Amino acid sequence: MEELLDILKSLHPDVDFEHCDSLIDDKILDSIDIVSLVAEINDAFDVAVPAEEIIPENFNSAQALWEMIQRLDEA
Amino acid sequence: MQRNVLEYLEATAPRLPDKVAFSNGADALTFAQLHRAARGIGTRLAREGLDHEPVVVFMEKHPRSVAAFFGVVYSGCFYVPIDEEMPPYRVELIFQTLNPRAVICDEKTRPAVEKLGYAGLLLDYSDAAETEPDDGLLSAIRDRQLDTDPLYIVFTSGSTGVPKGVVACHRSVIDYIEQLSATLGFSEETVFGNQTPLYFDACLKELYPTIKFGATTYLIPKSLFLFPIKLVDYLNEHRINTVCWVVSALTMISGFRVLEKKVPEYLHTIAFGSEVFPIRQFRLWRKALPEAKFTNLYGPTEATGMSCFYHVDRDFAEDEVIPIGRPFPNTGILLLTGDDRPAAPGELGEICIKGTCLTMGYYRMPEKTAECFVQNPLNDTYPELIYRTGDLGRYNERGELVFVSRKDYQIKHMGHRIELQEIEVVAAMHPEVAQACAVYEPEKDHIRLYYTGGAEAAALTAFLKEKLPRYMLPNRMEELERMPLTPNGKVDRKALAGE
Repeated sequence: MEELLDILKSLHPDVDFEHCDSLIDDKILDSIDIVSLVAEINDAFDVAVPAEEIIPENFNSAQALWEMIQRLDEA
Repeated sequence: MQRNVLEYLEATAPRLPDKVAFSNGADALTFAQLHRAARGIGTRLAREGLDHEPVVVFMEKHPRSVAAFFGVVYSGCFYVPIDEEMPPYRVELIFQTLNPRAVICDEKTRPAVEKLGYAGLLLDYSDAAETEPDDGLLSAIRDRQLDTDPLYIVFTSGSTGVPKGVVACHRSVIDYIEQLSATLGFSEETVFGNQTPLYFDACLKELYPTIKFGATTYLIPKSLFLFPIKLVDYLNEHRINTVCWVVSALTMISGFRVLEKKVPEYLHTIAFGSEVFPIRQFRLWRKALPEAKFTNLYGPTEATGMSCFYHVDRDFAEDEVIPIGRPFPNTGILLLTGDDRPAAPGELGEICIKGTCLTMGYYRMPEKTAECFVQNPLNDTYPELIYRTGDLGRYNERGELVFVSRKDYQIKHMGHRIELQEIEVVAAMHPEVAQACAVYEPEKDHIRLYYTGGAEAAALTAFLKEKLPRYMLPNRMEELERMPLTPNGKVDRKALAGE
């Protein structure tokens, strides 16, 4: 989780990712963030985020992202 | 001879009154509704005594914004689209340049306009659109209008920190729409999926062919460009067959391997532009849609939309660049060397443009206009303007024009044209920034900002978000002890770019 927060912080140093649960709804993340984020998640956690997982529900908070990563890691 | 862009709408509205012209999937305007709303707005504005002056359209991206544009044109004025998401500081700069007497807003944007301290006429879209059209008044306005009258102003990044307003006239837009439509084969059957914002000239590609042919444009909600599967579903749901998108929007779909699972099955015409299309990504599209026509477009805002095109007709190696091809008919390209000679085949030169496509220059910026719109140095016999793009190109062995690089620090990022110096000027306005240098990494399509002076990255990011549009925000920030300098004391951009 720490590593994920570091990745998110490097994208937007001014955002409180520990508590924000509206990253998509409040337009904090844009399309280039999604592209960067998926690439970095794939690298850092040795997973492959498939297109089906790139949906708003998985990107609205750090927690949701973390749950997605764990799900992919187990699969 | 056609003199006004509204003649397109006036020919189409009686022919296809009930067909949808513009939609976002939820709300739509038919040609009859569009025509009626535009004439209402035109009447309302004209009664205020406005004439040949900028009217700001400060609205959410919606079919109604398009009706507001045409309404402004009916009044004999020119429209200036402002993005609802633009930060207040930038909107203020634009208002200072324009000093507009009228602004059209909607329920959502009204508070933002009121915060600006703007004292002129503020019209609600719905009120203005419901005005009963006065056809006598509107036709008297039309009779006086020339095809050299301005149609719109769009603002582009300026290296001094002040955005530049590019003014285009009816004649340039009509010329562009005729040539573009013939080249890409638009028709009444065309269903456009618009991606680009309405505050750039990029949206001319959809707006005007739609009213010319009686086609339909879907203004695709921006949020869909974050979620590629939803985006492809949207394209299929609305049977979208034509897209003119920035490359990054296309590679968002192909990069996540969506095309292996789901294909936009109605798409037959795909135009992209202004950025390098990575060949590996391009091949994925080619493979998924082997029958579709792919066209690379190139052109600066100052020459009205796009100036050159290349239909991709062969395969490219992964280290090759898709050419920008050749100019549209009625557009002239000169490739000039540093000493203003025509470049020899293969030789690098600055891409310069001439013809009806040339816009009128920058609003209230005569010096900047005179710097970029200059007498053709190859012609000393009569006045002939060219626009110096600052883009460097060369002709390949097939005689096709190829874009190589920029002369200065202008970049294309996510399809947006950005002067890196504008980011630096704004960053240096922060009290705890001594020096700032913005560097672009093309491989990642990332902007990096290096700075000195002790500001917290979080505070500086928040500061920049108030002043710069979203697409100009650095993707990474890095504080340095001191800036690397070149031997003659300038910031060493190459050293920073190489890190």
